[in-house]
Amino acid sequence: MADLHKNSAKILVFSTEKISDPAIDMAGLLKLHYPPTVYTITIPCSSGIKSSWILHAYQKGFDGVFIAADGSDCVYGESCTEKTGRLVGKTHELMKAEEIDPARLRMAAICSVCSESFVKQIRSFNEYLLKTLHP
Amino acid sequence: MKKKKIGVYICHCGGNISDYVDVEKVRQAVEGEDIVFLAKTTMFACSDSNQREMVEDIKVNNLDGVVVASCSPKLHLLTFRNVSVRADLNKYTYVHANIREQASWAHSDNKTGATEKAIHLVKAAIAKSRYAEALETNKVKAIKSVAVVGAGVAGMKAAISLSDKECDVVLIEKESFVGGRVAQWDSLSTTTETGKEMISRLYNDLIKRENITILTNSEVIGNKGSVGNISLTIKKTPRYINGSCHPEDLKRAIAICPVEVPDEFNFRLTTRKAIYKNYPSEYPQTPVIDLKNCTRCGACEKVCPTVDFSEKEEILDFSVGSVLMATGFDSYTPAYGEFGYATLENVITLPQFKRLIDTQYGKLTYKGKEIKNIAYIYCVGSRQVDGENTYCSRNCCTSTIHAALTAKSKFQDINNFHFNRGLRTYGKQEILYADSLRSGDIYLQSYEDGLPTVTTEGKKTLVKINDILTNGRKMEVEADLVVLVTGMVPRADNSVGSLFKLPKGRDKFYNEIHMKLRPVETVIDGITIAGACQGPKNIAESVNSALSAATKSYSILSKGELETDPLVASIDPEKCTWCGACEAACPFDAILKVETDQKVIAEINNTVCKGCGMCAPVCEPDAINLIACSSDEIMSMIDALA
Repeated sequence: MADLHKNSAKILVFSTEKISDPAIDMAGLLKLHYPPTVYTITIPCSSGIKSSWILHAYQKGFDGVFIAADGSDCVYGESCTEKTGRLVGKTHELMKAEEIDPARLRMAAICSVCSESFVKQIRSFNEYLLKTLHP
Repeated sequence: MKKKKIGVYICHCGGNISDYVDVEKVRQAVEGEDIVFLAKTTMFACSDSNQREMVEDIKVNNLDGVVVASCSPKLHLLTFRNVSVRADLNKYTYVHANIREQASWAHSDNKTGATEKAIHLVKAAIAKSRYAEALETNKVKAIKSVAVVGAGVAGMKAAISLSDKECDVVLIEKESFVGGRVAQWDSLSTTTETGKEMISRLYNDLIKRENITILTNSEVIGNKGSVGNISLTIKKTPRYINGSCHPEDLKRAIAICPVEVPDEFNFRLTTRKAIYKNYPSEYPQTPVIDLKNCTRCGACEKVCPTVDFSEKEEILDFSVGSVLMATGFDSYTPAYGEFGYATLENVITLPQFKRLIDTQYGKLTYKGKEIKNIAYIYCVGSRQVDGENTYCSRNCCTSTIHAALTAKSKFQDINNFHFNRGLRTYGKQEILYADSLRSGDIYLQSYEDGLPTVTTEGKKTLVKINDILTNGRKMEVEADLVVLVTGMVPRADNSVGSLFKLPKGRDKFYNEIHMKLRPVETVIDGITIAGACQGPKNIAESVNSALSAATKSYSILSKGELETDPLVASIDPEKCTWCGACEAACPFDAILKVETDQKVIAEINNTVCKGCGMCAPVCEPDAINLIACSSDEIMSMIDALA
């Protein structure tokens, strides 16, 4: 793992089963490469993520957490965007209290065909994390 | 709590996984996990033999659960849940790890990284398996109605097939008339029936059926809900013709209309008026006024009493259980100057050539000149070396040879010269190729690095090639007409695909989940695909896929109810203090305020809860967890991935 960390930060992705999972799968199908230390946990909806899960990831050594949010495509309704934004805001406050850089938590709406967007977001996040945490 | 015993199976997927992931290393890394009783690698986890072995392993060893590390769960989650059921386990004790799309393929540039990631993903699945419990499925009502988008040959056949199954159908066509591309063709290669006759036959069958609603000039502009209950919003543009238009009135209205616009039905070879029908027997029989180009001069109103400009656009709502997409294809438009396209006046595309020979009698002429020598240049816009269209368009070789033979039989003294890159007249279509050879057609061939050239010398148009069939000899044909054999490309207008968020493959056509195992399903539950919107197909192949998609869409809804995962929220009554935050967060009113002996707490209405989890993060005392997605499970997975 030490060698892997030279070029890739350790990122936990919370992805949704119906919306962003297909995009991440398609990124693999299209061989759109991204760092291999990016791990995905599937959940039903991005507005169901608990702050405690995100904080736990940092405690366990993850450099960053990326929420591949449903955005306006959420099958559970339009309130998802606002609620996911609220939980990210709340988590940012908790991260500040624990002196964790809030920029280590990122969120972007990833639709079911947004493979390129996902890979672009992850690469950019990886660069930021490497620059700030593993200079 | 009794310690679980699980089996772990790591799939090679032929070489799709094991070419990049060291599957044996993954097996060794996880076999020592406390709950892992056995860990095996397998060439194809989904094969019948491996499934049988898994059932035997579970029964013989009294396993409590199984983890399979293979492809995306979209493809095989159900397969392995069913294996668990056959071995008398509850299907929710099964856990899937995706080490193909999210490891071997995503990191094919880094085998070590891919292997390390696969190990972590399998360990996370094992961690989840510790918490996987036996659950009972929920059942929700499914609307026994399917929306078929696109009334080309695929959409029409799908609608008829669904109707036969006593399923309600809404057939939605964006254009003013049904029939799609097939209505544009006269002679077809595999039948004596013309394309127009085929469409007329299908339409006459469709309108007899009470359970089919046909909407032309109509577009899907909104969708809500999910499989079983999808609400569609449809915009229906008026035809501006009220009632049955008498053919003589229509003739007069067309004659008097001052507008002339390029006729897309004839691939812009001719022009049409603002009030039009593409051909007399076209369906629906009512003509249409193209208001975008109409000048509202009022001339047609004076000669045709059914013209009615007061008709208004309608917004219609339909609820369906499934949507079948059959939106067809566009023909490739060559780039400016590609083999002389748009720069030389006697260079046209294959669809234009087909319309040309269909609409002419006696002598074949183009722009006033009689045509004798025809040069066909194959694979224009297909099998591109530099461009994006790297795929073979499959149908164009056969279509060209059929058109060339039709031209030869219909007009005198036609000489056909086929400049090809290898012919793919597969199956019975080979008979056409043999007919073409017998009729004296000349075939000249090149590789992709020696394509033919189209040049002019004075008034002559010359097509030159170094023919590999005659050892690279330089050959030259003086062509009266050059036909660029253009293939199928995805629809330029993808608005309906974007609306349903349908994924596209590398060729930009809509993508099925698996080309062999789930060939008409998409990753969007309840949305199936048929015909050439999925990739280049001939009519027979389009119809086959349409019948398959119709059966799949119907099978989802046939019972009138769908089984859904019982992954609902649960409340810990010890922790809950009733603050109402969860009730406010729930978009489905699934949270009830109940009074127990000791206190007021929240309770989940399991029949209404959809399992989104929106209530969980807002609960300050952390009393809410989703079944199969609890904090314990997620945190144990994070531990395994760390």
